[in-house]
Amino acid sequence: MLLIHCPYCEEERPEPEFRHAGEAHIARAENITELSDEEFERHFFIRSNPKGIAFERWRHMHGCARFFNAARDTLSDKFLVTYKIGTPKPDLSGEIRRK
Amino acid sequence: MRKYSVFAIAREALRGNTGWPEQWGSPEPKKSYDVIIIGGGGHGLGAAYYLAKEHGITNVAVLEKGWLGGGNTGRNTTIIRSNYLYDESAGLYNHALRLWGGLSQDLNYNVMYSARGVMMLAHNVHDVQVFKRHIHANRLNGVENEWLTPEQAKEYCPPLNISKDARYPVMGAALQRRGGTARHDAVAWGYARGASDRGVDIIQNCEVTGIRRGRDGAVTGVETTRGPINASKVGVSAAGHSSVLMQMADVQVPLESFPLQALVSEPVKPVFPCVVMSNTVHAYISQSDKGELVIGAGTDQYTSYSQTGSLAILQHTLDAICELYPMFTRMKMMRSWGGVVDVTPDRSPILAKTPVKGLYVNCGWGTGGFKATPGSAHVFAHTIARDEPHPINAPYTLERFRTGRLIDEAAAAAVAH
Ligand SMILES: Cc1cc2nc3c(=O)[nH]c(=O)nc-3n(C[C@H](O)[C@H](O)[C@H](O)COP(=O)(O)OP(=O)(O)OC[C@H]3O[C@@H](n4cnc5c(N)ncnc54)[C@H](O)[C@@H]3O)c2cc1C
Ligand SMILES: [Zn+2]
Repeated sequence: MLLIHCPYCEEERPEPEFRHAGEAHIARAENITELSDEEFERHFFIRSNPKGIAFERWRHMHGCARFFNAARDTLSDKFLVTYKIGTPKPDLSGEIRRK
Repeated sequence: MRKYSVFAIAREALRGNTGWPEQWGSPEPKKSYDVIIIGGGGHGLGAAYYLAKEHGITNVAVLEKGWLGGGNTGRNTTIIRSNYLYDESAGLYNHALRLWGGLSQDLNYNVMYSARGVMMLAHNVHDVQVFKRHIHANRLNGVENEWLTPEQAKEYCPPLNISKDARYPVMGAALQRRGGTARHDAVAWGYARGASDRGVDIIQNCEVTGIRRGRDGAVTGVETTRGPINASKVGVSAAGHSSVLMQMADVQVPLESFPLQALVSEPVKPVFPCVVMSNTVHAYISQSDKGELVIGAGTDQYTSYSQTGSLAILQHTLDAICELYPMFTRMKMMRSWGGVVDVTPDRSPILAKTPVKGLYVNCGWGTGGFKATPGSAHVFAHTIARDEPHPINAPYTLERFRTGRLIDEAAAAAVAH
């Protein structure tokens, strides 16, 4: 079971308190009705599914109930960092290179 | 290939079993093949077998990064059924079910296909309505499936608790009598032996690290941990790693890889006659011929390639198992493990040509592709050999996520083993 640090509650809590909420940093297009089928497919269905560091959303469902983002290594399942919604994607290029 | 038969067993018994030949060779990779299949699971090995047997294409290599069947093929709970909702699914899964019936004879290898029946429990009014709709749709598609009352379900599977005040009351069940189980390793090994006998090179401990393409964009071969290998046709059949491989050829696929876990109990005498699934509470159970209860859980919530998952998932599954079958509350569990399952948005596979010439893909089987192994391998071989899909897999394109022509078993069943 994962231990997850909620950046709002500022503590580590067990995984069953959280809901995984898919890949992070996917901006919903503002002109969604004007997207081509290709663009819509990319936005709606295509995910990066990395073997390595994934950026993803989590929701502290049974706690503060807020969404936040995380960077996690999908090979080890270890969290590298969790951060609040609205903060930019952290630069983990150092981490990625070390792999 | 030396045929297996009762006479061979008798002869070998007299010779102290010293005369059995190896089941498949372990050749060094050649410089070049007509077709390379990436992934030595049941689907990949089966595709190689049918390429050789049905299409006369024998200059084929199967490249496997680990050992044969070490992926999801050897990790699954082996439930076989074909009672999916949509016409496209009926075509594909029933094709597989037909092949299961004769597979041991075809391969001269006992895959232990046991049509012991698969029963799916309905726990609420919604389940009842959905299952009855399924049964009617199946009947129209010529797929066997029937409705049982709770009492009939209990008669079919005596350990079942159908008491009204159970935490998950049983309100009825859908039964597919031809559903059942098979021995997963034997499926991989039987296909490997049959393919190897027809000239296919089975190459283990050989990880594909790149897909080579020529100036016109067409596939020219692969990079591997054992050196480059040329081929003008490459079939990706790598389950949870399919998106990683497709990205090597710059093809984006709508896949996410999740952990899926299973566990087995200590072996006991025969107590459980069939397979019972409960989608609503995520618990699947059958008994292996060794006597272990084989129990499958639902996927973990996050994507992962770790082949492990959360204990909370197993606990939830065992809660449901103990509630549904009170007699198992004191059973000890022996082992648990996880696989990496490649899930598509509509929970139907992708079995198709790709935008890259010479590159074919069979992926997206997610939590439920073991049952499809022979059918899927058979039509994948056809797709590669003819460079066009078989009518059965024609709807399973990559483009459906662009056109919107989904095969939405996700909405139909939510989970699919
Ligand atoms: C716990 C669990 C329970 C399941 N229960 C059921 C069930 O009851 N019924 C059912 O129908 N289905 C079930 N499934 C799903 C089923 O196991 C799969 O859909 C099916 O076995 C997939 O077969 P495959 O041959 O495509 O994949 P795999 O057997 O996973 O084969 C893919 C192979 O590709 C190899 N590979 C990956 N990357 C590379 C690379 N770069 N180079 C070379 N080789 C590579 C892997 O090592 C692997 O051996 C279950 C799965 C799991 C994990
Ligand atoms: Zn919180």
